[in-house]
Amino acid sequence: MTTTIHSDLPRNFQKPRTPLGKVAKGSEERFGLAAGIRKQLNKVFPDHWSFMMGEIALYSFIILLLTGTYLTFFYDASMAEVAYNGTYAPLQGVEMSRAYETTLNISFDVRGGLVIRQIHHWAALMFVAAMTIHMFRVFFTGAFRKPREANWLIGLSLLTLGVVEGFAGYSLPDDLLSGTGLRIADAIMLSIPVIGSWVSFLVFGDEFPGTDIIGRLYIAHVLLIPAVLAALIGAHLALVVKQKHTQFPGPGNTEDTVRGERVYPVYAAKAGGFFFLVFGVLAGLGGLAQINPIWLFGPYNPAQVSSGSQPDWYMAMLDGSTRLFPQWETRLFGYTVPSVFWPTVVLPTILLTLAAAYPFIEARLTKDRDAHNLLQRPRDVPVRTSLGMMAISFVVVLFIGGGNDLVAKVFNISMNAMMWGLRIALLLVPPMVYMITYRLCIGLQRHDREVLEHGIETGIIKRLPSGEFIEVHQPLGPVDAHGHGELEYAGTSVPKRMNQVGGATRAIAGFFRPVREKPDVLEQLEAIHQAELESSVSHGGSVEVQAHRRQLPE
Amino acid sequence: MTTSGMDDPAAPTRPGPGGVGSGAERSTSLGDGTGVTDQPAPRGLPAPEHSSPDVPSVAELAQMDTEQAMLAGAVADGVFVEHRRNRYPVPGTRSEKRAELAVAACFAISFLAMIAFLVVFVAVPFKWVLPGQGSQTFHLYTPLLGTLLGISLFGVGIGAVLWAKWLMPEEEVVQDRHGGPSSEADQLMTAATFKSGFEDTGLARRSLLKSTLGLAGGALGIVPLVAVVGGLVKKPGNKLQTTLFTKGTPIVYADGRRASPSDLQAGGLVTVFPGVEGGVKAADSPTLLIRLRPNQKIKPRENQADYGWNDYVAYSKICTHAGCPASLYEQQTSRLLCPCHQSQFDVLLDAKPVFGPAARSLPRLPLGVEKGPDGKDYFISLSDYTEPIGPGFWERK
Repeated sequence: MTTTIHSDLPRNFQKPRTPLGKVAKGSEERFGLAAGIRKQLNKVFPDHWSFMMGEIALYSFIILLLTGTYLTFFYDASMAEVAYNGTYAPLQGVEMSRAYETTLNISFDVRGGLVIRQIHHWAALMFVAAMTIHMFRVFFTGAFRKPREANWLIGLSLLTLGVVEGFAGYSLPDDLLSGTGLRIADAIMLSIPVIGSWVSFLVFGDEFPGTDIIGRLYIAHVLLIPAVLAALIGAHLALVVKQKHTQFPGPGNTEDTVRGERVYPVYAAKAGGFFFLVFGVLAGLGGLAQINPIWLFGPYNPAQVSSGSQPDWYMAMLDGSTRLFPQWETRLFGYTVPSVFWPTVVLPTILLTLAAAYPFIEARLTKDRDAHNLLQRPRDVPVRTSLGMMAISFVVVLFIGGGNDLVAKVFNISMNAMMWGLRIALLLVPPMVYMITYRLCIGLQRHDREVLEHGIETGIIKRLPSGEFIEVHQPLGPVDAHGHGELEYAGTSVPKRMNQVGGATRAIAGFFRPVREKPDVLEQLEAIHQAELESSVSHGGSVEVQAHRRQLPE
Repeated sequence: MTTSGMDDPAAPTRPGPGGVGSGAERSTSLGDGTGVTDQPAPRGLPAPEHSSPDVPSVAELAQMDTEQAMLAGAVADGVFVEHRRNRYPVPGTRSEKRAELAVAACFAISFLAMIAFLVVFVAVPFKWVLPGQGSQTFHLYTPLLGTLLGISLFGVGIGAVLWAKWLMPEEEVVQDRHGGPSSEADQLMTAATFKSGFEDTGLARRSLLKSTLGLAGGALGIVPLVAVVGGLVKKPGNKLQTTLFTKGTPIVYADGRRASPSDLQAGGLVTVFPGVEGGVKAADSPTLLIRLRPNQKIKPRENQADYGWNDYVAYSKICTHAGCPASLYEQQTSRLLCPCHQSQFDVLLDAKPVFGPAARSLPRLPLGVEKGPDGKDYFISLSDYTEPIGPGFWERK
């Protein structure tokens, strides 16, 4: 590039003068980033409300890292016995572990510690919930299909690890509730055939509870699992960037193109803003919605438990399966397989294996080996949708089972009737949900075809000369000789009301008064449209329009 | 932000060769783009004026304004701005100012909430005070902090989203996915590179190297695992089979006082422990001492007829299902309920599970009494439990 060219360049192409420009130029000379960075700034993200779930999970994870790091400044993962001497008077003098004492200190003696602790707990619940719903979205729209099977597996690993991470964190305060949870975890380990008691002693370092478990859970909770989570999230996002988002079909959304907004500036502003929205909601929850008030439970004591003991929500399913499973303890050749083994080890293993294998099972059964970048509407794949709903209903029954004592108490139902009802429901509800979902999908499919063929119901009733009444239908596109629509179903939403096709003015919205178009914007738009119209006509060489055009302000 | 280039026919959005806009133009530019890879510019020479139809020359860029140059860059990245419109074509209108004001209000509220957060953080008392011994305003501390922090963060979030939705230009952009596999030529060359490298190592021929490397690699893979897991392994021994109760162990309450037959009313129940070092804390030792009502009788298990003492019986408190303390006792029905998974044990049926997931009766502790130094009777255990307490495990007989 010669100097002569430089002298011709407009101001913004000349040597940088601003500090920012100098930094940019300096970095460019050293790292050569311009082309690569521009590519990332120009990356296109599609916009659909259902794509936000993964974002919520990601942001919750970041918030967990921030708040969690803060909590480590005050927490001591020690099971050494101390007598409490802090601010919370009702527990003064009580013997407890250092872990419980320091958690109390965070709650009572650290300025603002409780709000951070509660934000951390809420963010953990949100993290797992967002991942779960994100997985549902991916499942029901077929986003897991080739080429994205790897990301489905990464997602499943993230969800599983997220639950383990959550349980580890929940156990750290060493309070009565979480200690009881750990004791059940010990029973689950003990139940594993052949190696169970060795696994339990390996994890706890002694007979339950021992003195090691809190320290081990701590390092797993703050280092090992988060490191794996962060690495998996990195791989997950890298794959999303490489493979790009899936998208519902539409104009510009094809197997080869993605349509949306560029990262910079619009998407960055929206996503960055969304991070603050998620953080804001979690902060509000952390302040207003009390969670895990460990000072009410007291320190862990193997001889005590309170009624209505409930774990965090993502454990409710496992808790439910443990409650509902029958008392089938097997003894073989002098060895025992406790009943706990089946609902807590075997069942989750089966469910996770099925979920992990699903993309491959579906590809094999449908013989569909193509790469897909476009999403499917759940109704268009009735078998998958019904299978998914069946799985969800199974888990929901288990979830209710996890709180069967509370349900029995609130609704004044016999505990025993509740348990038997849920056991039966666990077997009956999923197949019923499968059938209902399947019929719903078929019905929705038919209705789409019906509207494409006969048009939208306008609500206008016409009386024919013969006296017959008919409803006038608005066709969506060209019609054949019989008046039937010729548009094919395109795998996307079919408008079914007149105001979805501009056939009616916007419904009146607004809290206090009707929302109207802004008059000044409307005028400007009209002027511009007019100009557009004229310029397109002007290419045809209309003298009149040319003359008219000169009157418009340039 | 200039309005030029935003669907404004007066200033065509096509920045140069390549172009933005209609699909026809796009496919042309793509077709040309693939042609370029056949004739790469030689290294070290100045790039020709039109190195790629997608990338304008510096001289061409010099003629463009910021937006045109941006659009040219997008095209070079396979990103096509199909539609782009300033939401307020004429700057400074009332509705634009209103939108700007609303966004600014969000940020201002956020700022004020943060200041209020700081004031609350510093000024509001946060130490817990017993009711009646001082001001209870500390109850407001955490809710106020959370609310103000929430408002502040939410304000920034809402402001940013509204800014993007109301004030930034609306745009519809289409990007080529380029997601598929590499070209076949690339695949072949990469495969050849791998293969050639493998051949260079000679591993295929040198089987001695292969096998010894395999041994070393295998050992490196497994030995550290053994070292890590080996350090963690603990032999269970008979710890799961035994508790701290032995022959003649005094039976005490949680506070260390010895349990005496005169302590309980008929129908009463209390948790007791072995009166030895660490007995109250041990997870396998909590035991329920129950005094039956006069008309109640228990049908004991085989060989356990003498495990009770008068109208007293003692059972392990640890549920045989998952190890929670089965601590809810319904005196009327003499049933014990474990609150974790709702297993129910009928004491009169020798603590047999009558409902829920538990499969085994609660183990029974053989009870006896001895005379204390004060001449009173005190409970002792006649031996340890004769079966393992708590949840089942593989080696359990």
